[in-house]
Amino acid sequence: MPALDLINVSKIFGSVKAVDRLNLQVEQGECFSFLGPSGCGKTTTLRMIAGFENLDEGELYCDGKLFSSSYKRFYLPPEKRDFGMVFQAFAVWPHMTVYDNVAFPLHLKRLQKQEIKERTEMALKATSLTKEAEMFPQKLSGGQQQRIALARAVAINPKVMLLDEPLSNLDPHLREEMRFEIKELQTRFGFTVIYVTHDQSEAMALSDRMLVMKEGVVQQIDNPLKIYDNPANKFVFSFIGLSDFIPVEVKDGKVFVKDAEDCGPVNGQIPPEYDPSISYDIACRPGEIDFSPTGVKATVVRRTYLGDIVDYLLRIGSVDIRVQKPRRRSLATVGETCHLKFNRLLWYDHSEETASKT
Amino acid sequence: MNGRPRLKKKFGVAEIVLIFSILILVVVVAVPVIMIFLTAFFKDGHFNLAGVIQVLKQKDTYMALKNSLIIALGVTFFSTIIGVFFAWLLARTDIPGKKALNAMFMVPFMLPSFICAMAWKVLLSPRSGYINKLLMGMFGLSHAPIDIMSMGGIIAIETMYLFPFVFLQVSGALERMDPTLEESARISGASLGTITRKITLPLVMPSIVAGALLVCLYSLAHFGVPSILGTEKGIYNIPTKIYERIYASGGSYEAIRVGTILATILVICATLILKAQNLILKNGRFQIIAGKSMRPVVMKLRGLRWPLFFVCVLYLLITVVMPTVTIFLIGGLKTYGLSFAPRNMTWANYLEIFQLKMTRNAIWNSVYLSTSTAFVTMLAGMMISYVIVKMKVKGKFILEFLGVLPYSLPGTVIALGCILTWSGRFGINLYNTAGIIFVAYIARYMAFSIKSNSAALEQVSDSLEEASRSCGATHWQTLMNIVVPLIRPGMINAFFLIFLPALRELTTSVLLYGPTTRTIGVAIYALNEDGETVRAAALAGIALIIIFFGETVIKGALAKFDKTSRS
Repeated sequence: MPALDLINVSKIFGSVKAVDRLNLQVEQGECFSFLGPSGCGKTTTLRMIAGFENLDEGELYCDGKLFSSSYKRFYLPPEKRDFGMVFQAFAVWPHMTVYDNVAFPLHLKRLQKQEIKERTEMALKATSLTKEAEMFPQKLSGGQQQRIALARAVAINPKVMLLDEPLSNLDPHLREEMRFEIKELQTRFGFTVIYVTHDQSEAMALSDRMLVMKEGVVQQIDNPLKIYDNPANKFVFSFIGLSDFIPVEVKDGKVFVKDAEDCGPVNGQIPPEYDPSISYDIACRPGEIDFSPTGVKATVVRRTYLGDIVDYLLRIGSVDIRVQKPRRRSLATVGETCHLKFNRLLWYDHSEETASKT
Repeated sequence: MNGRPRLKKKFGVAEIVLIFSILILVVVVAVPVIMIFLTAFFKDGHFNLAGVIQVLKQKDTYMALKNSLIIALGVTFFSTIIGVFFAWLLARTDIPGKKALNAMFMVPFMLPSFICAMAWKVLLSPRSGYINKLLMGMFGLSHAPIDIMSMGGIIAIETMYLFPFVFLQVSGALERMDPTLEESARISGASLGTITRKITLPLVMPSIVAGALLVCLYSLAHFGVPSILGTEKGIYNIPTKIYERIYASGGSYEAIRVGTILATILVICATLILKAQNLILKNGRFQIIAGKSMRPVVMKLRGLRWPLFFVCVLYLLITVVMPTVTIFLIGGLKTYGLSFAPRNMTWANYLEIFQLKMTRNAIWNSVYLSTSTAFVTMLAGMMISYVIVKMKVKGKFILEFLGVLPYSLPGTVIALGCILTWSGRFGINLYNTAGIIFVAYIARYMAFSIKSNSAALEQVSDSLEEASRSCGATHWQTLMNIVVPLIRPGMINAFFLIFLPALRELTTSVLLYGPTTRTIGVAIYALNEDGETVRAAALAGIALIIIFFGETVIKGALAKFDKTSRS
């Protein structure tokens, strides 16, 4: 039985469909991420699961139990759902000590005093906050405050843990560290996690599976590697990792970069579903392009050292592409002409939208 | 701060500005306060504690002190309950018409409480109150059911017009509060009732206390309502007692000395209240400001939605509409005591206000005094705040100390201090001139100006000024081109924080006016005291129109101008 089952879930704000007929099953103990640019509906979906927003259409089951349904006009309020939740802005109560913050939900459950004590101390230990138990949250750093929120959610031993961009307010170094802490807590306690983020590396690092959303519509649901390797469309390709899109034209069965026939043909096969009436882009990851003795001709415009990696800006005709190579193999210099070989090319309709990241 | 060549000089622009700022505060605020303490505790050059105790032992001064405290505590208690209730209702429930109600709850703030007290006296005085007569007729009662001219009446009326202090503070805090603080409690399993008790209320408690202390401070030194509702029945608080002593003795020195002793008590109370407020704000101010703006959880009122809406409307009708309408109706009566039938009504009273020399003068005095005070105080306050917030000069602590002083000075105290300081003792005699009211207003409203200007200046990051200096602008050019445009909203705000209350000021002016320097407040008060209720109401009506005009039209136009000049 799935931990969460969302059937045809929609949410409308005014005239905007924030979430459009979303179908999703999250398995027990799974770590599942919602990924997408801001305003794509991922937080709205999370808030519907939590119960802060009602569904305008569809049904939501947890462990086979109905939580909300637009058809049966049923809605279980958030306080009755037994979920744990961590917010982006920490949301730790500044008028309570760290200990009281964590114990508060346990008091609400009317547990035995001894049990409250044990579970609070366990949660504080798991988040390494034992020393800070009697302090007030405002005296603590951002990372520690977010740990309080985590401890608070862990203490109630929730069926499902909802995390709403929990690391976005932390600095990059801490963010990476906390990522592993969350993963560790999840494997240790075995709860199901729904993790909302706009940071694709965070989603890739944490999730067993993830979904990519755009303007309320699910683009793809799969495990991180498959999404990275086989993006369902141009948007997903561009949102996950770095991407090069090169407009191409096909002549005599050969593929040329648009308006750059004199640079020679691009290596790679024309896909079987190729339709001559559509103009195409070929898509490639900057790391999957190799310098080679033959292949399409390009000029090096810029070379940037990013530590271990060298980032090139290359020009083919009038098209600029990025190529990243390990430093050991940094061969080209600025102004030099080189030849390129593309590995793993994907073909997309040129008119499809990308996630315009800069 | 200054350029490198000037560093060698001991005296730069900064020092001159500092000394000038200190001088302003010393002359306007510090000297009057010192004069009050000296007069209270020294007689013929000797320390005279026995005299002080003797004054406090007199029954009427002791009673005034007691009344002041009872009224202040009562008003604080009820204002807090009403203010918190309405703030919560509008911010955390699904009550209909939120936006309109929020705007309407600000109106009691605009209404001068003594004008409303006059209206309520007309409606509910035990002998001739219109509502009392109506109720007596309806139920065949032998005596008036409600007596507004009592301690209870004074507390009720002050509460009606002071609760917005609490309302504003609390609704501001509720609006700024991060909704996820409440949501995280909800997902932890707390019901809305528990969230309100355990999370929401504790988090806004500092704001509640801050608002309540403001009410207490204001009520303790409030003259208008107790003088209109209490004096006739022999109920005095400290400000009305001081006025009565001075007025009855024709301004004798002994009366002023008693006044200074009572005033000293006011200052001590005010200082204690402000200390308490600072302590609470320092220890209890939580960072509860939202990162993302999201809609907070609202309590579904279900069946109570419309009944509570009507409670709000009824409250506003009773506290705002009824007294205002009463004032305008009374102002249009041919003779006081007639019924409000069309044949008894006339426009003549309103026209007369602009023909009579006394009322015409009063309007003119109020308008020019409040405009000039607001302008001067705004500029002086800006300069003082600039030194306190931005400048790094030696001796700044003196200014910081003096800058807090105006906060703890009630209007009555300032009036007494000004009488003592500006009656020729130091070679300048402003007594009975508009000048003494002008300096008193500056002292009274300096706190508002410093507060508003410092708040605006603290928003201007130092790096903005440094960027300007590094582009080659001088200190002065930076001030005029960068700082002033950025804090202009704060300055405009300061202007109105002074202009509007000064327009309807009574507590201070009533002790300082001379034959030709009545202000609107004094004129209304005097007419009412002389039994010219109709004329007083007509002038009050005109005052209400002027205040309403200033509050909405001018303020709105300036806000718009400020926006367009920025974009």
